[in-house]
Amino acid sequence: MKREPFKFILFAVLVLVAPLIFKGSYLMNVLVFVGINTMLAVALNLLLGYAGQISLGHAGFFGMGAYFSGILTATYGWNPWLAMPLAALVVGILAGLIGFPILKLKGHYLAMATLGLGIIIYIVFNETVDLTGGPSGLSGIPNLTLGSIVFDSDIKNYYLVWTFTLAVTLFSVNLAGSRIGRALRAVHDSEVAARVMGVNARLLKVQVFALSAVISSLAGSLYAHTMTFVSPASFGFNFSVELLTMVVIGGLGSVYGSFLGAALLTLLPELLRGAQDYDIVIYGGLLMAMVMFMPGGLVRGIPNLLRKMARFREGAGNA
Amino acid sequence: MLEVTGITRMFGGVTALKDVSFTIGQDSITGVIGPNGAGKTTLFNIITGIYSMTSGKVTLAGKDISGLPPECLARLGMVRTFQNIELFGTMSVLENVMVGLHTKGSSGLLACSLMMPWSIKEERRIRETAMKWLDFTGISELADDAAGSLSFGKGRLLEIARSLAVEPRIILMDEPAAGLNGQETLALAHLIGKIRGMGITVVLVEHDMELVMDVCDRIVVLNLGTKLAEGTPREIQENREVISAYLGDE
Repeated sequence: MKREPFKFILFAVLVLVAPLIFKGSYLMNVLVFVGINTMLAVALNLLLGYAGQISLGHAGFFGMGAYFSGILTATYGWNPWLAMPLAALVVGILAGLIGFPILKLKGHYLAMATLGLGIIIYIVFNETVDLTGGPSGLSGIPNLTLGSIVFDSDIKNYYLVWTFTLAVTLFSVNLAGSRIGRALRAVHDSEVAARVMGVNARLLKVQVFALSAVISSLAGSLYAHTMTFVSPASFGFNFSVELLTMVVIGGLGSVYGSFLGAALLTLLPELLRGAQDYDIVIYGGLLMAMVMFMPGGLVRGIPNLLRKMARFREGAGNA
Repeated sequence: MLEVTGITRMFGGVTALKDVSFTIGQDSITGVIGPNGAGKTTLFNIITGIYSMTSGKVTLAGKDISGLPPECLARLGMVRTFQNIELFGTMSVLENVMVGLHTKGSSGLLACSLMMPWSIKEERRIRETAMKWLDFTGISELADDAAGSLSFGKGRLLEIARSLAVEPRIILMDEPAAGLNGQETLALAHLIGKIRGMGITVVLVEHDMELVMDVCDRIVVLNLGTKLAEGTPREIQENREVISAYLGDE
């Protein structure tokens, strides 16, 4: 329990010094994406890893945040700092309203319902051409500004995005270790027993679904204002699945695991670029190997591996 | 304390329970017995809001609780345990009891995430109270163990500790002695007595006749979905209908 503040401080320091180690505009840009994806993975993990409820439509909430912010600022000239919270609020309310009926469903049926939701949102992005620009996208979205600072370079965006990512991480770590986080895990383990203990499982699931959507929407807004351009292709079903993969590879029910998963899945394609046409094969193979040999995710698998290696070395030393 | 009136439950064309009525007095220990398939667990599931009933009425201390979901019943002071033990397996023993104290806390999603001072204080209080209940059931040395790794007997004790943390007025136990050895059953009988001593009404569905006859003040006998008899353990033991239901007619 007492280790939580220490873990977070370590994580924050790591984030702060990373730009001193990893230099170059291109790499910074990738790390901005790692930050955005971490927010998304943490948000989905609250729902999937803690409450045990699947969503295959989270790219939709991410996209709604991006488009909301984009349209309000680019088309209607709003201040981005106003557009962002408003987008999050609207997406949160919408998710709550949708969540009430669909979170009654369990397992495969919930997966199907959220899949449908994601697809509907994607179609709306494509078809409401007057509003979103349709398949060709929406451009001219302004950067965020703070006083005289304009967040228009990769390094500035890095610190901007990661400030939010750290805040979301701290928020989620706190939640996970609290009365509500405990109730969520209880619902995950045995919904009927949790209800007998007085936990309103239905309401709790809807709340965490909405919270997860709000965080995803915030990530979307940040994405829109750092990229200054959005198009529907970034918010399709593929991305929902990629988010799910980040959460599972990183470790279900671990906030820092979500960071590991997001970092790995964002960096891996960049690292494999040298392999050219084989990159996708290696990528798939690595994912399969990780799921097989680290079923608890990276966050549990890596310490296990280190322990095994230490033991092996000890054994070799004795022999 | 608990009044059940005319409960009927049909599953498709099958009548699982037919017009079952009885009253359970304050601070009593009541056993519900009957051969397999008599409808005992169905009755429990209906009273505790897990199944709905086709018709009938349940009142708790004069308040109509028919059809209320379990999370509402917990707040009204009714809690239950399960035949196959429903623990939160991935959580620690202490955390399991802390979930039992869920209704004793009030910090919401935001207060918890922002670590408000009152929510931290509340969390500390919940942790201390949970420890007390582990002490009460004698498993406090297991506080940090994973609940999923407990033996059946210890798991049963944890389930009871967790239920008591809700501070119920009435506790319904579904076959609490199932899977326990002789010694554990004896300890359970003692614990049930202690729970009643705290002013909590106890109802049990049980197959272990020795335990039922030993601890219960009153017994309700179900057979084929209807109430066959009701009375003190002595009356039930001498009831000819009950004997023939269990042993068959000659």
